Amino acid sequence: MDAVAHFFQSIPVDLLIIQTVNGVVTGMILALVASGLTLIFGIMDVVNFAHGELFMLGAYVGVLVLTATGSFWIALVLSALIVALLGAAMQVVTLRPLLGRDSLNTILVTFGISLILQNYALWQFGPVARKIGEPITSHFNLFYLTYPWYRILIALLSAAIIGSFWLFLKYGKYGVWIRATAQDRVMAQAMGIPVPMVYTGVFAIGAAMAAASGVLFAPLVGVNHTMGLDWVLKAFIVVVVGGMGNLGGSIAAAIFISLLEAYAAIWVNPSQAVLVSFVVLILTLLFRPTGLFVPTPK
Amino acid sequence: MNQTAPRTEPIVLVEDVHTYYGKSHILHGVTLHVQPGEVVGLLGRNGVGKSTTLKTIMGLVRPSHGSVLLDGNAISGLPPHKLARLGIGYVPEDRRIFRLLTVMENLRTGLDRNGVTDERKAGLLDKAFTYFPVLAERRNQAGGTLSGGEQQMLAIARAMMLEPKIILLDEPTEGLMPRMVSQIRQIIDVLHREGVAILLVEQNVPLTLEASERVYIMEKGLVRHHCAASEIKVDDPVIGQYLGV
Amino acid sequence: MSGEALNDVRSPANGRAAASAPVLKTELLTVRFGGLAALSKVNFEVKRDEVCAIIGPNGAGKSTFFNCLTGVLKPTSGRILFDGEDITGLPSNTISRKGIARSYQITNIMPNASALENVRIAAQSRRHAWNMISHHSAFPDINEKAEAALQSVGLLEKADQLAANLSHGEQRNLEIGIALATEPTLLCLDEPTAGMSTAETHDTMQLVRRIAKNLTILIVEHDMQVVMELCHRITVLHYGEILADGTPEEIQRNSKVQEVYLKT
Repeated sequence: MDAVAHFFQSIPVDLLIIQTVNGVVTGMILALVASGLTLIFGIMDVVNFAHGELFMLGAYVGVLVLTATGSFWIALVLSALIVALLGAAMQVVTLRPLLGRDSLNTILVTFGISLILQNYALWQFGPVARKIGEPITSHFNLFYLTYPWYRILIALLSAAIIGSFWLFLKYGKYGVWIRATAQDRVMAQAMGIPVPMVYTGVFAIGAAMAAASGVLFAPLVGVNHTMGLDWVLKAFIVVVVGGMGNLGGSIAAAIFISLLEAYAAIWVNPSQAVLVSFVVLILTLLFRPTGLFVPTPK
Repeated sequence: MNQTAPRTEPIVLVEDVHTYYGKSHILHGVTLHVQPGEVVGLLGRNGVGKSTTLKTIMGLVRPSHGSVLLDGNAISGLPPHKLARLGIGYVPEDRRIFRLLTVMENLRTGLDRNGVTDERKAGLLDKAFTYFPVLAERRNQAGGTLSGGEQQMLAIARAMMLEPKIILLDEPTEGLMPRMVSQIRQIIDVLHREGVAILLVEQNVPLTLEASERVYIMEKGLVRHHCAASEIKVDDPVIGQYLGV
Repeated sequence: MSGEALNDVRSPANGRAAASAPVLKTELLTVRFGGLAALSKVNFEVKRDEVCAIIGPNGAGKSTFFNCLTGVLKPTSGRILFDGEDITGLPSNTISRKGIARSYQITNIMPNASALENVRIAAQSRRHAWNMISHHSAFPDINEKAEAALQSVGLLEKADQLAANLSHGEQRNLEIGIALATEPTLLCLDEPTAGMSTAETHDTMQLVRRIAKNLTILIVEHDMQVVMELCHRITVLHYGEILADGTPEEIQRNSKVQEVYLKT
């Protein structure tokens, strides 16, 4: 009892709050990346191994547009649009012909595309990381830290993007099409819904979400051709833990895992703290393989 | 029998269609037609290929041989969503309503087509709710919470939202209580009055003979008998041969 | 090699009952899925060497019944007795070893193996199953068994052909051959003539007649001609309950059955 009390007394409250904020911020970006992934899987049954590269490409396009226009916001919007178009083209050329086939085919194809995109970026932009400046550089005082407002902005924007997509899905005309296609592809076709186009649209939206997260996150880490790799691994963990195809679940899982990692970083090295996400993944697969944040299957 | 060749241009013409599921040869050369505004019955035991015939017309399976014409145009090979927009409504055997969508959203899937004005959409919805008042009551409920009979009505109403020239009805009375069966019967009449052609696949012989103008009887993937519904009664030996035990 | 070869080496079951006692008996067999009773208090019997059909409209419970017999589905209540032994709820591999074999509606053959190999693997499951080292040629009895099974289903000439290259009818018959190679006491055939032309149906009927000597057979079928000509007895299921049971003539004359089928 004494040891436990001592342990809890030794935790600095301010550090805890700082890490909570950090965890939520990282969690929201992860949620945005994972949302695109879970959307593509939930509606199209495609495991998109190229998702991290769409994130990376979004960041690079953001760099280019920023250099050309000087505006972070234009870079954000334009990057999302351009990568959306790219994603649509990718889907039409490589994935549409595979519709209805074994999912192993789509995994191989998207994996191949991820390799192509990574090496293209390396060839086109070189190995040196690029930099995007934050649009707002002001800070506020969080205990003994000067915490950048930009990080808070990222979290809010991610939430806004996910939120507006959820509204679109629930109330928009094409939102009904997407939901109908996800539930019964064949019957959706029999009702006149052009399912191949719905799939392309969904893939484009997922790509746009990945690109937006890439641009938003770029000021924090720098843009280089391997930045997608770390994120896509975490995003897959989030998608599995949250329940594949479950949008709300992946958001909850993203924040949950990011918070746990942030707290773990209080005591251990941050590069060791990432172990947390793997532990959560293993436990989920062992005990609740359909997802931690999914209602108990009956 | 008497009316083998169609007199005017049929709305749907199926000619010598062979369909396979993998290697399983289900349709061995089916030929039938439906005239505009006609109600045609398709009878036969389980497993003879009635549903497969409807699925072939709807483009859900591709025939390996033979042709399917809609209004004189060849349609086999076209994707189902184009056929739905060209005027074929499909009400499948297990209803297949979108369980997680509300009744309203289910109906909307058929309404959101190109060139349909908001007024026309409102008019179609009104019609659906007038003919199926129970759907109006439950318009914001999820499709999966409806009873079997209500789901069947939703499936038919949903197809009507496409303003189809022909509706393919696959065993609409299966698993329904007698009271609901007679409601379905009335709905078939209503559709007929609206001028919509119907190809009705059913196991319920009396209902089919009553509702249809012509009937086809299938066995083992082929049409074996074809006549006007008025020429045949339930106790006809032909019925016993192909449908009874 | 005729049907007799199969008969000789059938594995002895424990406590075999007298020849006239039922091979299979179900007592109050019930399967509920939530509020729906797929099978309701079904009391069913098959005598040794009978060929019995189970018919009924869509959703009557025929597949559910087969699934219970072969251990694919666990019944909610009731018992299944095979040769006097309670097999209710046992897993399918155990039930297969006890002597119940089943062919499926969707063919379950291995397309990239030859017809003989398909059947031989089933034969091996009965003997020498744990010997992983010796080549199959070290067990002549297995090859004999496999060839006998192929012969019974009329596919001996095509023994070395890839299963994928056989016609649909031949593939369905190969499935029956695979089931036969497990030396069953009871053979369950699930819609054996589905998707077949009239000629192929006729061939399959001949096949079933041949193997019916010394074998108890249960068939689910929609093709009335097959049922009427092949079976000693017919059981009609309707909404999970037994509606009627009797010889083909009795069933044909049964007005309740006609009513259910014609919905008059």
